[in-house]
Amino acid sequence: MRTKITVKTITLLLLLVSFTAFASEETGKGDKKSEIKEYIQHHLKDSYDFSLFSYTNDAGEHKYIGAPLPVILWDNGLKVFSSSKFHHGETIAEAGGDYYKLYHSKIYKTDAAGTINYDEEHHPTNVKPLDFSITKSVVMIIITGLLMFFLFRGLARSYANNGGIAKGVGRFFEPIVLYIRDDIAIPNIGEKKHMKYMPFLLTVFFFIWFLNMFGLTPLGVNVTGNLAVTASLAILTFLLTNLTGTSDYWKHIFDPLGDSMPWYAKIPLYVILIPIEVLGIFIKPFSLLIRLYANMQAGHIVLMSLIGLMFIFKSWLGSPLSFGLAFAISLIEILVALLQAYIFTMLSALYFGFAAETHDHAEDHDGEVQHL
Amino acid sequence: MVGAGLVVIGVGIGIGKIGGSAMEAIARQPESYGKIQTAMLIAAALIEGIGFAALFAVS
Repeated sequence: MRTKITVKTITLLLLLVSFTAFASEETGKGDKKSEIKEYIQHHLKDSYDFSLFSYTNDAGEHKYIGAPLPVILWDNGLKVFSSSKFHHGETIAEAGGDYYKLYHSKIYKTDAAGTINYDEEHHPTNVKPLDFSITKSVVMIIITGLLMFFLFRGLARSYANNGGIAKGVGRFFEPIVLYIRDDIAIPNIGEKKHMKYMPFLLTVFFFIWFLNMFGLTPLGVNVTGNLAVTASLAILTFLLTNLTGTSDYWKHIFDPLGDSMPWYAKIPLYVILIPIEVLGIFIKPFSLLIRLYANMQAGHIVLMSLIGLMFIFKSWLGSPLSFGLAFAISLIEILVALLQAYIFTMLSALYFGFAAETHDHAEDHDGEVQHL
Repeated sequence: MVGAGLVVIGVGIGIGKIGGSAMEAIARQPESYGKIQTAMLIAAALIEGIGFAALFAVS
């Protein structure tokens, strides 16, 4: 039975990897290398339509398989239209008397002919309208949110009906939830206060993990490799840390030496110490956001480049090599997906631990390095 | 570009040292495996963050 399941899992993994390979099979004439580079850059960006793959048919037409998504702009009033109006950047969309053009995955306001003006550094100078569009990433975030909501609500209900014993998929999630409580929250935040932060830690862990895993499917989404998404998560950690900070937390920042020194000796030290501590408040969440973003972005670039090797080598050697490497990296990426979710949760818990500490708690950690 | 390479070398050495020391520590005290692993991952993640920051500053 067990071998059967293993075989099934491996087959599924192979299928996923080969689908990813298919998804990048956008061949055309011209320079292969720059085309692959462009393709990778396009994949890393958010897009206004949910396209799975595209091909050029015999008549030379570009065909896209996927669904258009709504574009919502605020530009002298609300403007809502479907992204199919852009025809993947090939035409100009008209809404309420204004014209919009898709240029390098960004929407610019243009005239009826669609001219884009540039400054000296070749950056467009056209007006960018305020953009609230439901993009690919937003769709994935909504889907993940709904998935988590129904999954964990269902689990909670099954626990209630089953006398507190895990059932079905709960047997998979229970150890993970317990691990986050016993090995992340309690050692870092402390027995007394950890329950206050558990909802955030669990949510952020599963949210990042699920989105990372979705990034490895053939859907071709790259949500956690998006600076805006990771920044929002880090800002939540920042707000929670500082809004729940105890007086001891603020004392650590603005009076780290306490009563160990007379006040006149503290002045020259505090000129250096306090700015460093204050900067630390901002650097901590900043490192969180850069770490998650860069890891996921780098993983996607490596994976796509390895698949791109196939089209550069163009020999019988290239395909197995590129497939083998992509398969191995995919397996590593599965690990990285979990590891990054774990690190984000772990460091958030650590920061909450600083914020929640009271003085007696700080004393039994005496001598340990408390500031990162 | 040379700077990026240097940073990656530095980060590699740093994480390698952390991993090596963690191995030694686990070999000495296998019972505190969990704690050592957690500390190792945090330190490795922090160094990695610096590396990524440098790479983004270069590119």
